[in-house]
Amino acid sequence: MRRGIFAKVAVLAAVIALLAAACGREEEQPQPGGTGGQQEEAQSTLDAVRERGTLRCGVNETVPGFGFLTAEGNIEGFDIDFCRAFAVAVFNDPEAEPELVPISADERFNALRAGQYDVLVRNTTWTSSRDGAEGVAFTHVNFYDSQAMMVRADSGFESLEDMNNTGICVTSGTTTELNLADVFGELGLEFEAVSFEENPQLQEAFIQDRCQGWTSDRSQLAGIRASWPEDQGGPDSLVILPDVMSKEPLTPAVLDGDSQWQDVVSWTIKGIILAEELGVDSGNVEQQAQNPDDPQIGNLLGAPTEEGAPFDPGLGVDPDFMVNVISAVGNYGEIYDRHVGASSPLGLERGLNALWSDDPPGLHYAPPYR
Amino acid sequence: MLSLMSEAAVERKVAPPLWRNIRVLRGFGQAVFVVVVVLAFRELFLNLQFGLDRQGQELNFEFLRQRAGFSIKEGISYNPNQSFVRALQVGLSNTLRVAVVGIVLASIFGLIMGVARLSTNWLIRKIAQVYVEAVRNTPLAVQLVFWYVAVVLALPSGVSGGLSIWNVAFISNRASVIPWVRAEDTFGVWAIFLVIGIAAALAARSWRTRVSERTAQPPRRFLWSLGTFLAIAAVGYVVAGNPVRLDVPKFVDRTYEGGAQLSPEYTALLLALVVYTGAFIAEIVRGSILAVPKGQKEAAEAMGLTPRQQLRLVVLPQALRIAIPPINSQYLNLTKNSSLGLLIGFPEIVSVGRTISNQAGGATQVLLIWMATFLTLSLTISFFMNLLNRAVTRRGERR
Repeated sequence: MRRGIFAKVAVLAAVIALLAAACGREEEQPQPGGTGGQQEEAQSTLDAVRERGTLRCGVNETVPGFGFLTAEGNIEGFDIDFCRAFAVAVFNDPEAEPELVPISADERFNALRAGQYDVLVRNTTWTSSRDGAEGVAFTHVNFYDSQAMMVRADSGFESLEDMNNTGICVTSGTTTELNLADVFGELGLEFEAVSFEENPQLQEAFIQDRCQGWTSDRSQLAGIRASWPEDQGGPDSLVILPDVMSKEPLTPAVLDGDSQWQDVVSWTIKGIILAEELGVDSGNVEQQAQNPDDPQIGNLLGAPTEEGAPFDPGLGVDPDFMVNVISAVGNYGEIYDRHVGASSPLGLERGLNALWSDDPPGLHYAPPYR
Repeated sequence: MLSLMSEAAVERKVAPPLWRNIRVLRGFGQAVFVVVVVLAFRELFLNLQFGLDRQGQELNFEFLRQRAGFSIKEGISYNPNQSFVRALQVGLSNTLRVAVVGIVLASIFGLIMGVARLSTNWLIRKIAQVYVEAVRNTPLAVQLVFWYVAVVLALPSGVSGGLSIWNVAFISNRASVIPWVRAEDTFGVWAIFLVIGIAAALAARSWRTRVSERTAQPPRRFLWSLGTFLAIAAVGYVVAGNPVRLDVPKFVDRTYEGGAQLSPEYTALLLALVVYTGAFIAEIVRGSILAVPKGQKEAAEAMGLTPRQQLRLVVLPQALRIAIPPINSQYLNLTKNSSLGLLIGFPEIVSVGRTISNQAGGATQVLLIWMATFLTLSLTISFFMNLLNRAVTRRGERR
């Protein structure tokens, strides 16, 4: 009986204490939120990166040509060069190297939100719900891709219509997975989506004929095909079907709510594209920076003008950052040719990824730098 | 001052003052503990909200009603035009499918292996020991990938039909298919006969027991009850006019039609969970058998029971009583480990949830759904295991 009373006293004391604590918190509630918010605004990612001394970049390490862990233990590729470009831009140092954080497709947005890296350059398609609900901000398209289907050359499949009742390998949690269901639904085809999180498992399932088709971005498939193991028949044993299944504008992304950082990343990409349009490449950039051919080049490279003050658009990085970026990674065409272009193992034509001013024209069109 | 007071208290035999009353102190200690725990949780929750606010997200579950858009290859009926909620239900059904079947099979397998570890036959004992030690000491994730890649995917390719067993069953890396019985419209009629048959079989059994007690004839209870049941079932089958039909699978246009199909992912996950959990259950069974007092077995032996009877009638019933609480935690482990299915693309609730949170955001909401789901599953299993435990606990030992 007495025990019961004391237990009640204890509970009562606890409740009172809690109420008191809760009231106390309620009053100070707006404050931590408020100051926290202001701190967040004051400390932009740009400052945080400079303070830390390295840029962290979320990347893929399983797609040849775009981001792939080589036998030497380095991650190399098209996307990786953009990471390097961002690091060079932030520190205005051609030797600056980013810290590469390999991440799975499923985890990439969570990890970005959790602050594991500052920018996500992992062949990520720009979509409205990712822009909205996922809380990420996309910067500027660095690769116009489309979804395609890869099959074995001896399978006899010539288009998607032939593929009724097949198993299709797909990476889970991707836009590819959604397009697959849509396209096959429209064509009225039955299929079995065999979805995995990682490419190595997909590859194993595809080799063992668990699935007869492998769908992904055309660029990724080209990369996988190019490095297909010789004991499995090498690249010639695989065919990428001509069907275009979707639009996949691959775009580096940053966290929502930090427009300064978004600008830096976005304009680094735009600058790389502009450089190609203006004829600036890693070979002539130093000379152009000293003595620009025309005022637009002068603006882009932050060359000193007659009055001495270089053009500064106010992005928060040094006016001449593009000089170091171009000398470190080259212009868009150079990056493309090096990793995925016709002379690389992937052998992709420029296609949609040509400049708007090229013949035939592509889609890359950067706003003016002035 | 203090010493004066305590001396006074001793003399007058009154309760000590409040700050030295052990009950008050304990109560106060517990109150402080509760406050600290609640405040800690409150702080964590506020932190979560602060984090979500900073990212401009809010904790609502409305998005789950949107069109899912992705396809799920197995489970209850579903198409990509249904909502995320439906997709989660499909995931849950798959989790349950693998957990329930896994628990039943792991129990049987574990029991056999546990008894085998104590076998008097050297070979059986050693096989069981090697199994337990090999399986218990390697990570489940590794075993799962092994079962999937090296065993199930290595089966004959499914797109060309796989391995056909007299054209009624197929084994392949796209599906394993066996013939299956399906109910026809008149199944209800037959079901009534089946119930009557079971009742009659039970009656026959108790009748044989009485006869045996009266006349000392061998009871033959099993034969009598089985015979009664089969006779009534056969009559019912004729009356209902073929109430079930055998559904034999066919290989048509690169895929299997009819029969019961097991996907390779399900097969691999089930194998991995049963083999892994079975090893732990085997150890629990072995320990429980050893924990039964030796006198019980000796007494059974003295009564002339055969070794098999000793095990079945005397040792195992007492051993299982000891085994139930630890086996409960193995059941919980099996259920939770089913979430590893995402490693091999089995669409259980965790892998479906990951896909959803990647397609539509709402990582925190999905996390909460996972936690609620597994908490509910675990508490349900524990509830039933506790009922079982109560039922088999000796009365004097109940608390």
